[in-house]
Amino acid sequence: MLELQHIHKYYNPGTVNEMCLFDDFNLKIEDEQFVAVVGSNGSGKTSLLNLICGSIELDSGNVLIDGKDIGREKEYRRNQYIGRVFQNPAMGTCPSMTIAENMSLADNKGRLYGLKAGKNKARMNYYQESLRQLGLGLEDKMDVKVGVLSGGQRQAMALLMSTMTPIRFLILDEHTAALDPKTAQLIMELTDKIVREKKLTTIMVTHNLRYAVEYGDRLLMMHQGKAIIDAAGQEKKDMKIDTILEQFNQISIECGN
Amino acid sequence: MDFLSSILEQGLIYGIMALGVYITYKILDFPDLGVDGTFPLGAAVTATLLKAGVNPYLTLPIAFAAGLIAGTCTGLIHVKFKVRDLLSGIIMMTGLYTINLYIATTNNVSLYSTETIFRNSLMTKIFGETIPGWADLLIILVLILICKLLLDLYMKTQSGYLLRAVGDNDGIVTALAKDKGNVKILGLAISNALVALSGSVFAQQSRVFDISMGTGALVVGLASVIIGISFFRKASFVKTTTAVILGSIFYKACVAMALKVAGATATKLITAVLFLIILIVSIDRKKKVKIHA
Repeated sequence: MLELQHIHKYYNPGTVNEMCLFDDFNLKIEDEQFVAVVGSNGSGKTSLLNLICGSIELDSGNVLIDGKDIGREKEYRRNQYIGRVFQNPAMGTCPSMTIAENMSLADNKGRLYGLKAGKNKARMNYYQESLRQLGLGLEDKMDVKVGVLSGGQRQAMALLMSTMTPIRFLILDEHTAALDPKTAQLIMELTDKIVREKKLTTIMVTHNLRYAVEYGDRLLMMHQGKAIIDAAGQEKKDMKIDTILEQFNQISIECGN
Repeated sequence: MDFLSSILEQGLIYGIMALGVYITYKILDFPDLGVDGTFPLGAAVTATLLKAGVNPYLTLPIAFAAGLIAGTCTGLIHVKFKVRDLLSGIIMMTGLYTINLYIATTNNVSLYSTETIFRNSLMTKIFGETIPGWADLLIILVLILICKLLLDLYMKTQSGYLLRAVGDNDGIVTALAKDKGNVKILGLAISNALVALSGSVFAQQSRVFDISMGTGALVVGLASVIIGISFFRKASFVKTTTAVILGSIFYKACVAMALKVAGATATKLITAVLFLIILIVSIDRKKKVKIHA
């Protein structure tokens, strides 16, 4: 279970640009829950993910995983149990390394990176098998550098790589936003499949309201550092895009957008 | 013939340094000016040890270790104190100047009377009193091949993969739950160790340590790396490490020819102008690639 307790976060404290993002924000996410988070720009969606992952520091409050506070742990340490896919497909892979090398690199997460052979030849069949399931033909390009792949192919790989080793949480940071609609749909379906198969606890930030409604079993709408919609279970299932859109328009008018 | 073999010797000795510079400049994307201090550091350590009568072959691993420490310091300054890459190198370079003086005790040490890896009792036993000129070349060749092969092997290990990843996309190292700072420090340490080793061999070959021998070392290393990589960009069968060594030989050949025309006083100017030309040529190539793409 992931718990955020009494989160406070200010940007540029003590200056004229001081901005309060979170003022006593609380959130509890049960195991194996797939949470979709929507909200306008600047509503605190990505900051929420960054606070969980440790990319930005907390002012005060606790981030608990199964009751253990990780709110002061360094980002790289938290990544032992967190997998993350970013909006930019280039962030999740190494462009100058081959597909096989990237897969081997990701497969060793959580273990020592010592003087053993970098390429895990024994697992090559497994890598090819998991790549084949993407249906992008990557399994025949094991020795191709990732830098020459398209954004969609890279994002599919990033998704695969971040979920290859056992993780507690999957963090998706607008991971379909930079892709064309067809590829985005493909990645979204793939995400859903992986999350269901591996029973991953997942937080997905998205600007695509349809994805937020169709996928996941809980929906959060963030606005000015608060969750103004929090629907789970049947309530989430009954949710329509129109309802959310209406709410969305309302908060946008408030903000003068 | 002498001219040619001297180019080869110099090119290969500086090639060891170029291998080190390749790690920082090409893999880590870190312009490490500390190289100007680590190259004479290796030489200073070697000169002092040789004067004390230490086995010349033992000076090589010790110089290597000295470079390892210097590189770690550059890395710590950059990573732990968050000093910019260029400045970390400059701080190390400046500090090492004095440290090198402390180690060597004077700013010029002649090594004509001591044994070296090229001239010692073992070599005399093998070749007799007059050691042939090609023996020097052979020793340097063996040394650089060992360095190159070990580096190639290392780059294929898990640790080597992580090093390549940190220069490529350091976010992924964090995502793999590893401290990217430590990986950078490791890369700088290996790089500077190779540079110091190169300095050690250089001092033993030229039989002199001079405090100013490091000035412009990075430029030579960078030029070698850039020439090597842009010449062999298309030839994928040539390993990058090989390309870098060939680049170093080519660069030394260019400098030697220019020196023949202009005389020894022009050394640094020629070095600078050649480096500029190389940079311009390699940048031009990148543009062409972009237009085609």
